[in-house]
Amino acid sequence: MTDEFDQEPNVLDPNKWIDLYADYLFNYTISRIDDAEQAKDIVQETFLSALKAMKNYRGEASERTWLVSILKRKIIDQYRKMNSKKGKAEIRVSFYETGGKKGNWLEECVPQTWSNEAEIAFESKELGNALNNCLEALPDKYKAVFKMKTIDNVETEEICNELNITASNLWVIIHRARLQLRKCMEESWFKK
Amino acid sequence: MSNKVLINCKEASTICDKTEYKEATKWEKIKLNIHLFLCKKCSLYSEQNVIMTKIFCTHLLNHPDHIHLPGKVKDDFKAKLKEQMN
Repeated sequence: MTDEFDQEPNVLDPNKWIDLYADYLFNYTISRIDDAEQAKDIVQETFLSALKAMKNYRGEASERTWLVSILKRKIIDQYRKMNSKKGKAEIRVSFYETGGKKGNWLEECVPQTWSNEAEIAFESKELGNALNNCLEALPDKYKAVFKMKTIDNVETEEICNELNITASNLWVIIHRARLQLRKCMEESWFKK
Repeated sequence: MSNKVLINCKEASTICDKTEYKEATKWEKIKLNIHLFLCKKCSLYSEQNVIMTKIFCTHLLNHPDHIHLPGKVKDDFKAKLKEQMN
């Protein structure tokens, strides 16, 4: 997408939406919801919702930015649906809960040195696959919260409202997601 | 979170996660830094947490495969949109 579109006066033209933005919105969605069918449906719904919401468009944002803002709501809705499904393997406890070592790392969760840290500086398809596999192994709820926070920079308060959780719930989820992702990456990518 | 200056690894790791999203308070950061100075395990966690954020962000935002939707899918989209417009 070139800048030309952003510089034109901000008027909505639904007849051009599909040709101009369908690919962009689809790619935006697929990097967050990794299911092509679901992503397609979400993009479709976005266009339909946009059509209904046209009268609310104030012309401040570019057409594409405006469509993306509608798409984001749809993606969060989708995350919320995922939220109700049961998770797979789940790390629940990573610290001693009681006793003299309360609050210390459990032996199996102690961070290990990664000897090939430097190699991750460059991107590769293999790294991408490893990251995807690890994300896939997360329970849906963890995956949703981790992605919303890490990639979409959604405000903590907004996520809490959307998913009906408290801020401390959210940080517990983030921590468990990160620990599980670390463990998974330690097994598949980083060399201890 | 308590007012104590010395915190345990569990509290430290939570603050550490918050700093990845720039959501730790000044007081939390002070407590974290003192803890990191004293604790090798959490120092390592903290360093690696930065790497984790970086690789996941880079990878997920720069999706290497730019996908073009098939013409048929776009035609379907257009048809549905037209239907809605009338």
